[in-house]
Amino acid sequence: MAFTLGFHIILSCLGVALPAMMLIANYIGIRRNDADALKLARRWSKATAVAFAVGAVTGTVLSFEFGLLWPAFTGRFGEVFGVLFAIEGIFFFLEAIFIAIYIFGWNRMSPWTHFWTGVPVVITGLGGAFSVVAVNSWMNQPQGYSPTSGKVTSVEPLKVIFNPAVPYEVPHMILAAYLVTGFLVAGIYAVGLLRGRRDRIHRLGLLIPLTVACIATPIQFVVGDSSARAIAKDQPIKFAGMECVQKTSTDVTEYIFGRCTSTGVKGGIGIPGFDSFLVGWSTSTEVTGLDSVPPDDRPPFNTMLHWSFDVMVGICTALIGLGLWLGIAWWRKRDYPQTKWFLRATAVSGVAAVVALECGWIVTEVGRQPWIVNNVMRTSDAVTHASGVWVTFGVVLGLYVALGTALIVTLMAMSRRWRAEDEEDVGIPYGPEPGPPPDLATEAPK
Amino acid sequence: MSQANAVAVVLWIVLTMYAIFAGADFGAGLWSLLSGSGDGGRRPRELIDWALGPVWEANHVWLIFAVVVLWTGFPSAFEAVFSTLFIPLSLAALGIVLRGSGFAFQHTARRAGSQALAQRLFGLASLLTPFFMGTVVGAVAGGRVPVGNAAGDSVTSWLNPLSLVIGALFVATGAYVSAVFLVSDARRAGAPDLEEYFATRALVAAVVTGGLAAVGLVALYRDARYIFDGLTHDGLPLVILSALCGIGVLILLHRRAHRGARMLAAGAVASVIWGWGIAQHPYLLPKTLTISAGAAPSGTLTTVLVCFGVAVVVVLPSLALLYTLAQRNVVAEHQRPAPNPTGGEA
Repeated sequence: MAFTLGFHIILSCLGVALPAMMLIANYIGIRRNDADALKLARRWSKATAVAFAVGAVTGTVLSFEFGLLWPAFTGRFGEVFGVLFAIEGIFFFLEAIFIAIYIFGWNRMSPWTHFWTGVPVVITGLGGAFSVVAVNSWMNQPQGYSPTSGKVTSVEPLKVIFNPAVPYEVPHMILAAYLVTGFLVAGIYAVGLLRGRRDRIHRLGLLIPLTVACIATPIQFVVGDSSARAIAKDQPIKFAGMECVQKTSTDVTEYIFGRCTSTGVKGGIGIPGFDSFLVGWSTSTEVTGLDSVPPDDRPPFNTMLHWSFDVMVGICTALIGLGLWLGIAWWRKRDYPQTKWFLRATAVSGVAAVVALECGWIVTEVGRQPWIVNNVMRTSDAVTHASGVWVTFGVVLGLYVALGTALIVTLMAMSRRWRAEDEEDVGIPYGPEPGPPPDLATEAPK
Repeated sequence: MSQANAVAVVLWIVLTMYAIFAGADFGAGLWSLLSGSGDGGRRPRELIDWALGPVWEANHVWLIFAVVVLWTGFPSAFEAVFSTLFIPLSLAALGIVLRGSGFAFQHTARRAGSQALAQRLFGLASLLTPFFMGTVVGAVAGGRVPVGNAAGDSVTSWLNPLSLVIGALFVATGAYVSAVFLVSDARRAGAPDLEEYFATRALVAAVVTGGLAAVGLVALYRDARYIFDGLTHDGLPLVILSALCGIGVLILLHRRAHRGARMLAAGAVASVIWGWGIAQHPYLLPKTLTISAGAAPSGTLTTVLVCFGVAVVVVLPSLALLYTLAQRNVVAEHQRPAPNPTGGEA
């Protein structure tokens, strides 16, 4: 499940944020009468369709996994968090419909009408992201149902939907989607530029997503920072796990990397008192340590958890640096930095952003362990009793490798054909319904 | 009607939509597999590709809807079904993933070899999903899915004559519905030979489906008497309606009047599903879990119903818009030079 989600999360990011990039390109294209920007918007709309189609498949499998892997979790709490998935269903359906209309509408509607058919795609993408991430926030800070033990007999949907983790987790994830998509797309065009394809399409393809991502990154840093503080308050054990805080105390040292052991952090760079300062703006702030709960209730893989958190923060900081580099160059020369190193950094930034995304996912999921619903249900109690679940898992793993390959091969084939300039021939799901293949009619025996 | 029953009706509506559209979709995959390799099968496959391209994704949406409504509205039934029947459900999921990637690959694969492989994969996957979904329905009907986390037997619950017959029936029904749909698509594409091709197959599939349905009734009589009794009493009008629709399709196909064939074929499937629903009422899992006992608290049920209401108000018009645009476009695109007057919508 963790694996499939880890895969699905990347596709969802593309599904949420790529439509926005495509609309920005579309807007620029219409406003400035820019054929290249329009061409980009058109290409991105097709890439969106592919990502969305594969996302739909992985999403279907995920909905199955709720039962195949975690029947007890869904059996007990399905009636609680399912509310959010019912809402998500509507958004998902609308997104599918409007993606189809938008892709379909190229050259068939007036430019502005067409542009406006794309707007619902962005909105429903945000709505879908909200409802799915809210499920995860609910698992982190469950509320809105009673009784808290045994069979749930009463549910307050609004309290479930707007659970206390939503205000920080949802914006954090939506920004992450824009950030990951922006750097990933910009990275692809940076590679193109490095290979000497210095045309205007590549220039715009680099600048539009990179600008979006560079604006999102510092905001993300602030949102992430306040999330960490909220976690320190509301999910103190997760925070202790992230920061390797063994004992509840004040003046807690902030360690960057290092190895977590029961007697403290070995290695790593320590900044005395800084952890307390980050939590409460003062070194005298008390930080809850892992020792406040029995060993059975502490998250596992402490070092990995700690590293994931640090890597995520580190990458975000580096990406802010990249944004500053772009910003300064733009301010002085109205152009992106004309050095290969900038393009190389941008190319790497896409991969880095995905790594940060996965690290963040590890932090929130592994950090909550051993609970699936924080402090209410243990993951081990949620899992299926069916034997042979490892076989299922292995098969799913193999399939996702196949699916990932299929996705990349498809996108690369599309890109190759775009370069060959016969982009109309790229067959994709959701594509405008083409006419019947010409030979169907012509070869019919008379 | 109680809230729980209303949510059950929602679930049944979504399942009906899934059965019709996905059934047609899976059936088309089966015809693609059966069309044979080489040149003979190329044209039917082209038609299938063309007809399927724009719609295949919507099927996932119905399925996700159904699964979500099941676990939100009736979590204990969901838990029981998905844990006991994890083998057929995993295999059905496998089919879904393979289909998705097979379909995507088919369009991008350059070499003929890998294209054929993708096609084979697509066809086999189309067989896998409906068959195993059918075995799941059979297991539930036979009362082999007790409430609880994997409380039933993970193998014999679905590996029994009733399940296997219903699995086969699902595949055959899909093939039948799909063949009827493809006849209309062939007409839309202006390929009379393919119209003939799929009309013949629709006839064969109809006979096979009818035969399997009869065998299924026998299996139900022996193994799931509750459902059998329901189908032959309260659900009887709908079963008869389904049979009449099925016969109507055959007559229409025989007379080459295809206008209402699609509606009738869909009606045949829908009425049997609703007949089944009436037969199973008031049970979710026959004889062990009733709809009201398995239902979620009322706050949740209200939300599900509100969501469904919103979906009807918002999603349906959008869908209508999409189909309207698509139909118009078909007309527009047919203006390009074609050797014989193909026309748009017949």
